[in-house]
Amino acid sequence: MADLRNDFVGIKSPNPFWLASAPPTDKEYNVRRAFEAGWGGVVWKTLGLDPHIVNVNGPRYGAIWGADRRLLGLNNIELITDRPLQTNLDEIKVVKRDYPDRAVIVSLMVPCEEVCWNEILKKVEETGADGIELNFGCPHGMSERGMGSAVGQVPEYIEMVTRWCKAGTRMPVIVKLTPNITDIRYPARAANAGGADAVSLINTVSSITSVNLDTFSPEPSIDGKGSHGGYCGPAVKPIALNMVAEIARDAETAGLPISGIGGITTWRDAAEFLALGSGNVQVCTAAMTYGFKIIDELTAGLANWMDEAGHGDLDSFVGRAVPNVTDWQYLNLNYVAKANINQDLCIQCGRCFIACEDTSHQAITSTVNGVRKFEVIDEECVGCNLCVNVCPVENCITMDPLPEGVIDKRTGLKVDPTYSNWTEHPNNPARQAAE
Amino acid sequence: MAPDRLREGIAPARLGAEQYADNFADLHPPLSEHEAMVAADRCYFCYDAPCVTACPTQIDIPLFIRQIATGDPMGSANTIFDQNILGGMCARVCPTETLCEEACVREIAEGKPVLIGQLQRYATDVAMSQGRQFYERAQPSGKKVAVVGAGPAGLACAHRLAMHGHDVVVHDGRPKAGGLNEYGIAAYKTVDGFAQAEVDYVTAIGGIELKHESALGRDIQLDQLLEDHDAVFIGIGLADVNSLDVEGEEVEGVADAVDYIAGLRQADDLSKLPVGRRVVVIGGGMTAIDVAVQSKLLGAEEVTICYRRGKDRMNASEFEQDLATSKGVAIRHWLQPKRVVAEGGKAAAIELEYTEEQGGKLAGTGETLTLAADQIFKAIGQKLVSDSLGDAGVKLTGGRIDVDGEGRTANTKIWAGGDCTGEGEDLTVTAVAQGRDAAESIHAALSGGDA
Repeated sequence: MADLRNDFVGIKSPNPFWLASAPPTDKEYNVRRAFEAGWGGVVWKTLGLDPHIVNVNGPRYGAIWGADRRLLGLNNIELITDRPLQTNLDEIKVVKRDYPDRAVIVSLMVPCEEVCWNEILKKVEETGADGIELNFGCPHGMSERGMGSAVGQVPEYIEMVTRWCKAGTRMPVIVKLTPNITDIRYPARAANAGGADAVSLINTVSSITSVNLDTFSPEPSIDGKGSHGGYCGPAVKPIALNMVAEIARDAETAGLPISGIGGITTWRDAAEFLALGSGNVQVCTAAMTYGFKIIDELTAGLANWMDEAGHGDLDSFVGRAVPNVTDWQYLNLNYVAKANINQDLCIQCGRCFIACEDTSHQAITSTVNGVRKFEVIDEECVGCNLCVNVCPVENCITMDPLPEGVIDKRTGLKVDPTYSNWTEHPNNPARQAAE
Repeated sequence: MAPDRLREGIAPARLGAEQYADNFADLHPPLSEHEAMVAADRCYFCYDAPCVTACPTQIDIPLFIRQIATGDPMGSANTIFDQNILGGMCARVCPTETLCEEACVREIAEGKPVLIGQLQRYATDVAMSQGRQFYERAQPSGKKVAVVGAGPAGLACAHRLAMHGHDVVVHDGRPKAGGLNEYGIAAYKTVDGFAQAEVDYVTAIGGIELKHESALGRDIQLDQLLEDHDAVFIGIGLADVNSLDVEGEEVEGVADAVDYIAGLRQADDLSKLPVGRRVVVIGGGMTAIDVAVQSKLLGAEEVTICYRRGKDRMNASEFEQDLATSKGVAIRHWLQPKRVVAEGGKAAAIELEYTEEQGGKLAGTGETLTLAADQIFKAIGQKLVSDSLGDAGVKLTGGRIDVDGEGRTANTKIWAGGDCTGEGEDLTVTAVAQGRDAAESIHAALSGGDA
């Protein structure tokens, strides 16, 4: 049986699944339920200095849905904890005492003054918590007050505050990054330079989920007005995966531990984050949608896959996909694939045809000899994969690589087995001379 | 009167009052909005979709389903009515399992088609319940067209003619319009007076005058209609019933299934409708199923359909056969009627002969079976009452009116559509398509001079 135990910057937990700092981790009651359900750790919902903030008294969430109202994306305008600091600290202390084997991290957000940070660090330390996470990510509300993503968008501030925290506490410091920037590597480098033990990402994406066409108010609507919120859930996973990978493969931050966050809903999502270099993962929307019991699926699914794939522990596959993330310019231009439609599996919906015909390369037939039939025209197929993506039947259309020496009917050229990329291509004005 | 389930002979009130309501409730209760959304989401929006090809009226099914899925049921209804103004009834009565839903790629993929019929009902219900009309009459053309028969073909034809600005008079021999929608079709497929509501919806466009109890050959004559109108459309269906041609057919207790169903459809109180304790239905089509199932639902203890060939030759769809058996109807094959056994002038049993195929032909084997039966329904097909056509020059083939692809008969002023013609299957949706297309052909002919 695969060993799911996790050691993240010295913080140990029985599995790599932490609940992210968010509504599910706002109170002792919820966190106890999470630990009873089997979660490996929690990042306690962000604490601030008193007087504690207040939240709106209307809707805090908006959403987009797929079929059968499957929740695909959630938008949140809730701020940090709206309970007194001491209440939270007392609860953290008893929870950590009662669950010594679980990770308890405390998320923090205070004004950008060293004295503020030192004040709260001292108090958190007394709870016995395992570490802190600096909330430089929240894109709504707090950012208007110079905190959250307002800090995360300025690398100099990230470095400065991280440095204060490293100097002010013995606890490991995790810096939580906002995706609402142009290049995630800069804030990550700043955290690294400030001495962060790790980064966690992504926080939520600034968003408006929908507009009410009767009232013309954005949703969620507070008395007819809406404010942008933070977007999370399955819809943001691809964005998060890329940002995790960017940091994992950046020379300056290589080796900096990453706690992966962003739309993790299933064990498979988690495995993908781990493969791209996350040392562990944090989950929120999935728990908010289905409750804490999903931890059973997450841990069992991950362990079953690890057993089948022969990964004895997390370290044996964490980061395994990182070397395969590269720049476009290094992709092998001599690799040629063609779509292939399995006629036995084809249900004749014609989506591949119309997608290719209307929007791509006219490389699929709609009839053959007057009969409805969808076949790839190799002379036209550029191997773009759109037909695979729109086909409703899994594995009906495959992208088959052409073997070495075979003629690509589109170009009339033989498939060259050697690797050749854009940097060497004759059409590239800036190409490097071949050795 | 207390229900008496086992009373011998043909008797009313076999069930308790509330049982009738349950038994004759909507066969497919309408989809809720959420159910419709989930069902609509399963549609793949196929290219050149096979379901459209399979629909006799060629409704743009992927489009109307996408309109439901995106929260525009009104637009969806518009898409449906563009092709089929009786889309509401067709949604209820079409044998979708042999038409659009059989062709659905999800039927091929997983044996579970998109619920096209029920989605069509959802969208059309939204529009019709709000009385939303999508079509306006064109400028009056000054042309007059007589439509004979207010069934699906006649109504579809009248609506399309009215759209083009022609004045239409629709004659029907019965007290109510609707044809088989009103007098045929199983009651549980069209509940709550839907057939009349649809007639009102279709004629609300204006320019359509309905003349009830105005039967061709009885109250009106074809030559007079031709004289008074610029064109005539005939959609009179098949008003006569094939006979069994066996001994005892005339005794009390032997009835035409279509007449019985018409009586049932018009009954104010089903508990007053007499039905046999032991019912035998002769036939293998939709009418046989409809009368058998409804007899069972009225409280008949035993209902047996006897069909002279095998299951695969039955005109009733697989779905309809399963529906019948699920209601407790027995379906027996390879049996043909030989003699009605009477006692005291009333049917008491039916003697049937076993049949088999001999060299591709059906033949009796000589062996017989006698089934007790106090009520015997004939459901072996209907035929055209051709006498009413007079000598207007309309030609018949195989007992039905000869028409071309546009519904034109041999008389250049007469068009025809629906079951009375030899074209297409005898389905509501086919009749609608033929009525609609004939209207276009009539319009083209009438506007030919000034085009």
